[in-house]
Amino acid sequence: MKDLDVEGVTLWKGTEADAVCGVVPDRVARPKDTEALGRLLAAARATGATVTPRGGGTALDWGSPPRSLDLMVDTSALSWIDHNAGDLVVEVGAGTPLAELRRTLADAGQRLSYDPLRVGGTVGGALATGVSGPRRLLAGGLRDLVIGMTLVRADGVVARSGGRVVKNVAGYDLAKLHTGGYGTLGVIASAAFRLHPLPPAVRVVSVPLRSREDTERALADLRATTVVPAAVELDRDRLCVVLEGTAEGLVPRVEETLRALGEDGAEVAEELPEDWGLLPTEGTLARVLAPPAELPGLACDLDADVRGYGSVPAGTLYLAFAPGTPADVVEKRLAAVRHVPDRTAVLLRAEPHVREAGVDPWGEVPGLSLMRAVKDSFDPDHRLSPGRFAGGI
Amino acid sequence: MATSAHQTNIPAALTALVPRLREICGEDGVLTDLSRRRVYESDGLTYHRATPGVVALPTTTAQVAAVVSLCAEHGVPYVPRGAGTGLSAGALPHADGVLLVTSRMRRVVEIDPENECAVVEPGVTNLDITRAAAPHGYYYAPDPSSQQVCSVGGNVAENSGGAHCLKYGFTSGHVRGLEIVTPSGEVVELGGKATGAHGYDLIGAFIGSEGTLGVATRVTVSLTRSPQKTVTLLSAFTSMDAGGEAVGAIIAAGVLPSAIEMMDALAIEAAEAAVACGYPAGAAAVLVVELDGPTSEVDAQVERVTELCAASGSFETRTASGAVERALIWKGRKSAFAAVGRISPAYIVQDGVVPRTALGEVLGRIAALSAESGIRVANVFHAGDGNLHPLVLFDDAEPGAGERAEEVSGAILDLCVEHGGSITGEHGVGVDKACKMPRMYSDDDLTTFDLFRRAFDPAGIANPDKLLPTPRLCGERPGVRTGVHPLVESGQAEQF
Repeated sequence: MKDLDVEGVTLWKGTEADAVCGVVPDRVARPKDTEALGRLLAAARATGATVTPRGGGTALDWGSPPRSLDLMVDTSALSWIDHNAGDLVVEVGAGTPLAELRRTLADAGQRLSYDPLRVGGTVGGALATGVSGPRRLLAGGLRDLVIGMTLVRADGVVARSGGRVVKNVAGYDLAKLHTGGYGTLGVIASAAFRLHPLPPAVRVVSVPLRSREDTERALADLRATTVVPAAVELDRDRLCVVLEGTAEGLVPRVEETLRALGEDGAEVAEELPEDWGLLPTEGTLARVLAPPAELPGLACDLDADVRGYGSVPAGTLYLAFAPGTPADVVEKRLAAVRHVPDRTAVLLRAEPHVREAGVDPWGEVPGLSLMRAVKDSFDPDHRLSPGRFAGGI
Repeated sequence: MATSAHQTNIPAALTALVPRLREICGEDGVLTDLSRRRVYESDGLTYHRATPGVVALPTTTAQVAAVVSLCAEHGVPYVPRGAGTGLSAGALPHADGVLLVTSRMRRVVEIDPENECAVVEPGVTNLDITRAAAPHGYYYAPDPSSQQVCSVGGNVAENSGGAHCLKYGFTSGHVRGLEIVTPSGEVVELGGKATGAHGYDLIGAFIGSEGTLGVATRVTVSLTRSPQKTVTLLSAFTSMDAGGEAVGAIIAAGVLPSAIEMMDALAIEAAEAAVACGYPAGAAAVLVVELDGPTSEVDAQVERVTELCAASGSFETRTASGAVERALIWKGRKSAFAAVGRISPAYIVQDGVVPRTALGEVLGRIAALSAESGIRVANVFHAGDGNLHPLVLFDDAEPGAGERAEEVSGAILDLCVEHGGSITGEHGVGVDKACKMPRMYSDDDLTTFDLFRRAFDPAGIANPDKLLPTPRLCGERPGVRTGVHPLVESGQAEQF
């Protein structure tokens, strides 16, 4: 592994704390900048080393374990923020903590319209795992906010797609391809995002979640309004609508929302709950995609051992299993989702005993043959996070 | 370098395919007569022309797949085409290939208000989705200026935007599912009625791929709830600088209009002459600002924008909330491209993007370029997102005038890149700008794009010679001629 000791890279021995789904890397390397990352990956290619990138390390138990892990690339030194407030654009290093980015942007009255799912994550990690939080109905998900990306290929070549302007159709949108790619196609070095002004005020209208019929009716009535919610979230046992705007402008919008949802047991808060959007850090966790209208049925039919919540209009439902839930319970639940057409479910995180029991974390992924072709093109030796992704990619 | 190729007879390599194409698409689904093939010789950018070897007009996904499989089997190139309104010659036919036209696949399969989406075939026009959704209180948000005629399949290929993408984003933000036929002829379904899909975001990467990764045969799009209120403002300024300042002030104030459009004196003059839009006399610049959303928010925003325009030196601001009055304000803006045809025998429409904060500087440089060269440039553009559409005017009867206009047009694109912008904000790369890609991207960037392309199309038969520069296309010379916009003249579409 001496061959990995290239200029601008700090190298050390991996430990249990660096494990990816239980697989301990032989070495951990921290490149100081994009160029050093390029040299490191070129060296890894020369030695045939398998590579997995790490941002804040908050999702190392997501996905499947790598088949092999010689080198973990720690992106924490790729931390920088280049904010152009006038253009509502920011370019950031992949290792930049999301919390730091949020503070910097908030100081200028702006935000990246993305609700983090984990505490302590980085921009690169958020992109690589790709899943977006609840407030995605107005500005879209993370993939809609990325306007440019610099990535380092498996062969160490540094390549860029997109740019720093909000409107741009020159070339393929490779930033979207790498968003949610789990580092299996390349290592994200930096990304540019479009930003939005911070809303002057926020209102969170929530009502208790009762029967499936009741929830469906409330959602239908809400759809008939023109209140323009930023999020419509099944959140634990409540249905929760987030509105953003001016304090005065929100008054009639809140009233209209209450009329749609029903005022019985309703609460209106002026701030988001502290744990807003955060996913549980323990236990097996699945993500279900289904036609939005089917979500109330899915969420209300669950047993006590699993919590279902997510974004209704986006058709996303998380299934959070209590820690220690047996593999057969997880498997049965996944099968119940997967056997209905138009519904898919993947395990974002499988507890070791669930993984070892051989529960299929991905199920049938449409387009897998194309995904394999893309993988073969970008990483012909299958050295980047091998096995972490769908279909063993 | 213009592309032009005409052949009287069907190329020999294709003759054997014709009977099989007829088996697949039926007698009337295959065009071989020269006169009928020539109808398709260009898209909206008529400067580039080539007669397609043969034209196939499939009506089903199975037919598309069979046509593409046939091409793959014989190593014959194919070019997908929607309505042919594109402005980068992305649908320029291949003289030795099959032109695969999706215009007969125009069923709105389903309007699903419960799931706030629609399922359509690729030949359905953009506006027809909105028409079908309107009775349910919904519309389809991306609104390219050719929306009356352009097809959803084409929108997917080009990642089309429109005046309102400032707030609502491009096609990529509104597509939930795609059925595609890959360049090997395989039918693949991606996504569905939920937003997003598991695995790589192939939908996101396919949108805007200009037909080089396959043909979309079915599209599931998000429908957007029609806003409670829409207000259009027209604000007049005595200088472009003042107008530009107002744009910056609106954005800085945290207001997100659905559109901010700007016109300069020359464009206003042309629009006035053409449609008598009645914009305030003496205006050196006008802004058209549209605000939509809940009434309670929009009313406050209208007040705020009016104040900000006044503070930036606007001498008159009109507001309209009724559909008829709003259309009057938009009339001048929407007619501007066609109107320029009245004050100049010919013109080139450029499409470039600069960071919003560089707008003032770049417009100044364009004015200087125009003064130096003696070539008039009218500016009509999407100011909110820095997407410029300079119209470079020239007299095509004057020897060398076209070339000089080309130079100015190309120099404007260089200005965009120099200021950290893009060579295209919405028209796409196609053939027209393929040789300009190296101005924006390094060789490594371009080879990476090519890696991706080859994953889908290892044989290189899907819309070859588009999007990426090739030696055949670009040779030693960097730069391809831009053409005069034709659609507006022919009355096929309005462009703005």
